[in-house]
Amino acid sequence: MADNLSQPFDKSAMTEEEKRQVNKEIRKQIVVFALMIFLTIISFLAVGADIVPRSFAIPFILLLAVVQFALQLIFFMHLKDKDHGWATAFMISGIFITVPTIAALMLLIGVVKY
Amino acid sequence: MAAQKQEKSVIWDWLTTVDHKKLGIMYLIAGTLFFVKAGVMALFMRIQLMYPEMNFLSGQTFNEFITMHGTIMLFLAATPLLFAFMNYVIPLQIGARDVAFPFVNALGFWIFFAGGLLLSLSWFFGGGPDAGWTAYVPLSSRDYAGVGLDFYVLGLQVSGIGTLISAINFLVTIINMRAPGMTMMRLPLFVWTSFISSTLILFAFTPLAAGLALLMLDRIFGAQFFIPSMGGNTVLWQHIFWIFGHPEVYILVLPAFGIISEVIPAFSRKRLFGYTAMVFATMIIAFLGFMVWAHHMFTVGMGPVANSIFAIATMTIAVPTGIKIFNWLFTMWGGKITFNTAMLFASSFVPTFVLGGVTGVMLAMAPVDYLYHDTYFVVAHFHYIIVGGIVLALFAGLFYWYPKMFGHMLNETLGKLFFWIFYIGFHLTFFVQHLLGLMGMPRRVYTYLGDQGLDTFNFISTIGTFFMSAGVILLVINVIYSAFKGERVTVADPWDARTLEWAVPTPVPEYNFAQTPQVRSLDPLFYEKIHGDGTMKPAEPIQPIHMPNGSILPLIISIGLFFAGLGFIMMNMDNPIINPWIVAIGGLVITFGSMFVRSVKEDHGYYVPVEQVKADLKKGGN
Repeated sequence: MADNLSQPFDKSAMTEEEKRQVNKEIRKQIVVFALMIFLTIISFLAVGADIVPRSFAIPFILLLAVVQFALQLIFFMHLKDKDHGWATAFMISGIFITVPTIAALMLLIGVVKY
Repeated sequence: MAAQKQEKSVIWDWLTTVDHKKLGIMYLIAGTLFFVKAGVMALFMRIQLMYPEMNFLSGQTFNEFITMHGTIMLFLAATPLLFAFMNYVIPLQIGARDVAFPFVNALGFWIFFAGGLLLSLSWFFGGGPDAGWTAYVPLSSRDYAGVGLDFYVLGLQVSGIGTLISAINFLVTIINMRAPGMTMMRLPLFVWTSFISSTLILFAFTPLAAGLALLMLDRIFGAQFFIPSMGGNTVLWQHIFWIFGHPEVYILVLPAFGIISEVIPAFSRKRLFGYTAMVFATMIIAFLGFMVWAHHMFTVGMGPVANSIFAIATMTIAVPTGIKIFNWLFTMWGGKITFNTAMLFASSFVPTFVLGGVTGVMLAMAPVDYLYHDTYFVVAHFHYIIVGGIVLALFAGLFYWYPKMFGHMLNETLGKLFFWIFYIGFHLTFFVQHLLGLMGMPRRVYTYLGDQGLDTFNFISTIGTFFMSAGVILLVINVIYSAFKGERVTVADPWDARTLEWAVPTPVPEYNFAQTPQVRSLDPLFYEKIHGDGTMKPAEPIQPIHMPNGSILPLIISIGLFFAGLGFIMMNMDNPIINPWIVAIGGLVITFGSMFVRSVKEDHGYYVPVEQVKADLKKGGN
C-alpha cells in the first residue's frame, strides 16, 4: 500500500521546469552572495585604506550596511517570494518591535553619538 | 507494512516519545515538581518573616531562596505548566494529528528539563544564586556573586533554548496544521493566545539569551560589558533584562487568559462574547507589553521625559485588558452557569486579576512609583497577577482538561474545598502585603524589627501561606484519590463543551483524529451539536495514518547541553574535579554528534493501517 513511501526515491520528483527554477534561484543567490562580499570588502577598504574621506566614512558605511541588509532580507530571507506571507508578516512585526526598542534603548543609555 | 510500531517497555516509551500528548503530561509533571519546590521555598521564607527578627533561615539562605523561588516559578513552573496544556490541547483544538515538528517538540521538553536540573544543581556546589531573579549587576558580577550565579546564567540559557524551540514549533503548528475550515478567525481563544504568546517568546527570549551570554562572558571569561570601572554599563543589564522580562509577564498571562476564555464559555453555556475584540485585544496587549519595559526602572534615573512616556504606555495596556475583562463578564451574563471547580477558579480569576491590574496602574505612575519602589506593594502587585492570574487559570485548566488527559475526573468535593482554602489563603497572604508595602516594608529583606507596625500583617501573611500550602496538599490528595476512586470517563465530551478537543475519543488515540475533521464554524463541536448530528464531519476518507517514530536523540542532545553548561560553570569553581574544558567540549560533542546522527540517519516513521484505525473507531464509539 504505502510501503514505498518509506523508501528513498531513486530519482528526483521535480519536473524539468521546477529544476530550471531551482537552478535559477541558486544562480541568483550566488550572485547576491558575491555582491554582499564585495560590499563588505569595499567598506573595509574605505576605512582601512582611507579611500573615502574621514568625515564621510561613517555615513558611507552605514549606507552600504543598509544596502546589504536589504539584500539579505529580500534574497536570503525570501521577502521577495510569493506564498511567504506568514514569514514576511513575522519579519515585519519583528522589525516593527526591534527598531523602536533599540532606538529607545540607545537614547536611554545615552548612546547618541554615531 | 514495512514499518510497524514496535512494542516497547513503558519507560523507554516515555523517554523516546515524540507524541505531543505524552510530552504535555511530561511538562505537567516536571512543572509540578518545580512548582512544589519553589512553593516550599516560599513557605520557608514566609516562616522566616512570621515574627520580627526570626532565626529560621540565615540571611544568605533567604537570599538564595528568594532568587530561586522567582526564577523557578517563572521559568521552570509557570512556563512548562502552560506548555503542558498548550502541547496537549493545541493540536487537538485545531484538528491536527500532532505538532509540526514532533522531534523538536521532544527536544524542547528535554532541553528545558536539562536546564532546570542544571539550575537546581547549584545547591550541591556551595549554594544557589543569590542576586534576585533579576540578577542585577553589579550584585551578580564576579566580584559579589559566587558560583551559584553561574548556575543561574547557564541553567537559564539552556532551558531558554528549549522554551524558544517549543515556541517556534507552536507557531509553525498553528500556521500550517489547521484542519480544513479552521481559519485564523475560528481558532479557539486558547490557541490564539498561545500563538501570540509564542510570538512573544520568539522576540523576547532572544534578548534574554543575548543578555545571559554577555553576563556569562563577564563572569567566566573576564569581559566587561557590565563593569563600570572598565567602561561597561550596569544599567544596560537592567534594560536588556526587562526588554525580556516585561514581555515574559505577558508570555505567561496570555495563555492564562486563553484558558479562562475556554472555561468560562463552556460552563456558562454561551459562546464567548466579543471573540474578534478578544483576539485583537490580545494582539494589542502583546505589542504594548513590549514597549513598556522601562517602567521597571523609573527610579534608575532616566529622567522625567522617559519616565512619562513609559508611564503612559504602561497605563495604555489597561485598555485592551479591560476589554477582555468585560468580555468575560458579558460571557457569563445571562449564561446558565455551572459552578464546578474549574468554573470557580475561572470566575474568581476575573476579580483577582482586576485587583492586580489596578495596582499595576498605580505602580505605572512614575512619581508615585518612587514611593512604592522595592516595597512589599510591588510584591503584592505581581503576586496578584501571577498567583491570582496565572496560577488560578492553571488550576482551572487542570480541572477542565483533566478528564481528557487522564481519562478520569478529579473529585469535585475535594476540588471545591481546595479552591476555597487556596483562594482564602491567597488573599490572606498577599492582600495584607499591599498594606505592608504602603507602611514601608522593603522587599527582599530577610528580617525586620518588631513594634514598627509590621508584625501583625506579616503574621497574617504567613498564616495565608499555610492555607495555600494546605490547598496544594489537598490537590495532591485529590489527584491520588481520583486516580483510584475517581469517576472514569469514557465518553469523548464529559462537559458538553464547544471545541474540537472534545470531539476525539477518551483516551485519545495516538493519531488524535481518525479522519481530519471539517470545521464549519467557531466553536466547531457546538455548531455540530446544534446544526448537525453532534459529531464532526470528516474532511478525508479513512486512510493509513503516517506517524513519526520515537527517538532517544532529544534526551541525548539535552544531556550534551547539560554537560556543556556544567563545563562552563566549572570554569568558575575553585577546584573542579576534572578539567572544565573537557566537560564543556565533551558535552558539545555529544550534542552536535547526535544532531549529526539525526541529520544523516533516515527515519521515515511508520503507518497506522486502516484496519487499526477502523478497529479504534469501533471501540471509541465515535
